[in-house]
Amino acid sequence: MINIQKYVQAESLEEAYQLNQKRSARILGGMLWLKMSDNTVGTAVDLCRLGLDTIEETEEAFSIGAMTSLRQMELHQGLNRYTRGMAARSLGDIVGVQFRNMATVGGSVWGRFGFSDVLTFLLSLDTWVELYKGGLMPLETFVFLKRDNDLLVRIHIRKKPGVFVYQAMRNQRTDFPVLTCALSCVQGEYRAVIGARPGKAMVLGDEEGLLAEGISQESAQAFAAYAANRTPTGTNLRGSAAYRTHLAEVLLRRNLLELGGMQKWN
Amino acid sequence: MELTLTLNGKPVTEQIEPGLLLIDFLRSHGCYSVKRGCETSNCGLCTVFLDGRPVLSCSLLAARAAGHHIQTLEGLQEEAADFVGFIADQGADQCGFCNPGFVMNTLALLRENPDPSDDEIRAYLAGNLCRCSGYEGQLRGIRNYLNSRKKEGGAHGA
Ligand SMILES: Cc1cc2nc3c(=O)[nH]c(=O)nc-3n(C[C@H](O)[C@H](O)[C@H](O)COP(=O)(O)OP(=O)(O)OC[C@H]3O[C@@H](n4cnc5c(N)ncnc54)[C@H](O)[C@@H]3O)c2cc1C
Ligand code: FES
Ligand code: FES
Repeated sequence: MINIQKYVQAESLEEAYQLNQKRSARILGGMLWLKMSDNTVGTAVDLCRLGLDTIEETEEAFSIGAMTSLRQMELHQGLNRYTRGMAARSLGDIVGVQFRNMATVGGSVWGRFGFSDVLTFLLSLDTWVELYKGGLMPLETFVFLKRDNDLLVRIHIRKKPGVFVYQAMRNQRTDFPVLTCALSCVQGEYRAVIGARPGKAMVLGDEEGLLAEGISQESAQAFAAYAANRTPTGTNLRGSAAYRTHLAEVLLRRNLLELGGMQKWN
Repeated sequence: MELTLTLNGKPVTEQIEPGLLLIDFLRSHGCYSVKRGCETSNCGLCTVFLDGRPVLSCSLLAARAAGHHIQTLEGLQEEAADFVGFIADQGADQCGFCNPGFVMNTLALLRENPDPSDDEIRAYLAGNLCRCSGYEGQLRGIRNYLNSRKKEGGAHGA
């Protein structure tokens, strides 16, 4: 278990950043993941007093502070209105209400976890990450960035008009997902996101134009098979690579049919 | 370091180690309803309220609770008394170890949503694990409690 030697509630982002430059320092989000590590933490830097626990909504975007809890996002009316309930659907099976009251979006995105419902959900939107030193960048770029000692300050979601659906497969409610699958169509552009492969979520577009004529039973099947084929999967104790590939095709087809208004799964 | 918080309505100030978990702070203050089940943030046994919101005290630093209001089942006996009898009537508990966390989170549910459907109850309590039962007894207990409350409300209202 984690061993914390010093605890500081940072008064400013600059203070938090400076403290975090020491190798033994750690930023505290909800601390749920961090706590499971065996590290000795010289200074635990808590961001809880920096006012980063709010969701701001304008006509153009949502701006979500790093310390916002997953539960706040799950319940946020504006976010659910824009995503057609995908916020609640994608986050609602992560462990339990008490857990989601603590887990932060900052820790979830910073962690870039392979199994993450949070990443799968956010990657299907036009999501940007705001770093204290690194500035703004698309989440898709951030996901593959090497970890450093920067701070994640906020997440920005641009409210381009679109439609969104989400499905995940779990062996048991509240367990880590065996596969996650989000699908969006934003300004006519499809984005399929497949996560818990068990590798990090990846984004696939309709490069072959399989959905160019719209969604039908046939085009849904064709795109689902195409995307599943191009998605590397692996085996762990929750499921085999072959099972995951099969799930990717099924969940994506279901998402397409739901997006096309042909079937409703949730 | 010095920690000051409000525990079940009373201010408490104490010197603590920076890495002290809230669960250990609470148990050292006689709140034995707060139990360690998994310590991996999975079971809900250690549920307490932080400013009225249910959280897992096994995964929260006591230091982060500084200046906040913490409530445990010890401080919520009256609110809980209403429905725990309905759980007992169902023989829902076997070893009973999960019960305090379960009761705390049910209180949180009913504050947030006074008239939940069975699915809403299941969803809200999903993070409270019980090794002995199949959850059906607890669900029936809560349902009976809600029904009795409705009847009472109806009788008063008529
Ligand atoms: C038992 C368990 C089950 C889980 N199940 C699921 C699941 O089914 N689906 C799912 O999507 N997720 C799941 N998660 C992950 C969870 O949702 C969170 O993503 C995870 O706990 C990290 O969030 P946190 O707030 O606890 O971050 P922390 O544990 O506090 O931090 C995680 C990492 O990010 C760093 N960090 C935190 N905030 C910042 C910041 N603002 N800037 C820079 N660095 C920062 C920390 O130093 C640490 O290295 C699970 C986690 C656990 C422990
Ligand atoms: S002991 Fe805290 S969640 Fe299990
Ligand atoms: S009754 Fe034994 S753990 Fe629930």
